[in-house]
Amino acid sequence: MRPVPWRPARLLARSPQTPTARTLVFSVPGWPGHLPGQHVDVRLTAADGYRAVRSYSLAAPADGERVELGVQSVPGGEVSPYLADVLPVDALVEVRGPLGNWFVLRPGTLAPVLLVAGGAGVVPLVSMVRAHRAAALRGPLRLLYSVRGPDDLWYREQWADRHADFDLALLYTRVAPPGDRRGPERITARDLAAAAAALGPDGTAYVCGPTGFVESAADLLTGLGVDPATVRTERFG
Amino acid sequence: MADTAAHLDGNSLAGPLSEILAVEPTAAWWRCPECARSGPLAELHVYGPEPGLTARCPGCAYIALRLVREDGYAWLTMGSAAGAFRFPTA
Repeated sequence: MRPVPWRPARLLARSPQTPTARTLVFSVPGWPGHLPGQHVDVRLTAADGYRAVRSYSLAAPADGERVELGVQSVPGGEVSPYLADVLPVDALVEVRGPLGNWFVLRPGTLAPVLLVAGGAGVVPLVSMVRAHRAAALRGPLRLLYSVRGPDDLWYREQWADRHADFDLALLYTRVAPPGDRRGPERITARDLAAAAAALGPDGTAYVCGPTGFVESAADLLTGLGVDPATVRTERFG
Repeated sequence: MADTAAHLDGNSLAGPLSEILAVEPTAAWWRCPECARSGPLAELHVYGPEPGLTARCPGCAYIALRLVREDGYAWLTMGSAAGAFRFPTA
């Protein structure tokens, strides 16, 4: 037996995604690489030995020792506000991973793929979008990304720079920007209908977000006739 | 995966179970003996809080497994009955 080891991870850079969300880039010597969709456990150890572990999704495809995480600061949280705004650059934490072998998009997938993100659930899915962009052989990829308003959008530069075979729809739930014809509302069957039909018999859907969002989006998909066995979900509470 | 306490899913067991299993577990297939629903471990509903995690069938809430961790040990119970395996993790 060979457990997944804890490895020291040095914070290289932190950048804001939204007023409360951050990208954290770590250097992890010995990192074995990972697949889009996988996550890591991050372990913090206090001076008195107290430890806390939380899971965070990998936001970019494998790139040597570079590990990019997306962290949403949760008010009153024990770990996420510290990672988001306090942990100094050059400081060490420990990471364990890559973790998960189900919520992953394998390279070379040519069948249609639908990604459905709610809020911070976009983090593992942007890793899939970035891997898709870099792939020589690829099938159609569509992302439906539900956010409260324009200020809550992660990865703006990614969405400004579209690539072939990739389609994006932004679904605003509270505040829609001027010119958005849909108007603010929660995700509906109407938002998903065309994407569900485009999946065909071989496609796979990946749904990630808060638990309530994931349950309702997955139910909408199966209600539209998508085989539940082709809908992969990841909830983060 | 945040700090809040709503139920998570089996994806979150990848790290904890990696302490005692040699094979990545989230793609493991499971069939509920209560309601016959089947699917991967990743799709089970997982309730905390740490250090005790309970994974339930998403269809009928039947307990699929329980995992309790303490310093140096992890206790794993398969199914809803009593009888935990104690694994050394240190």
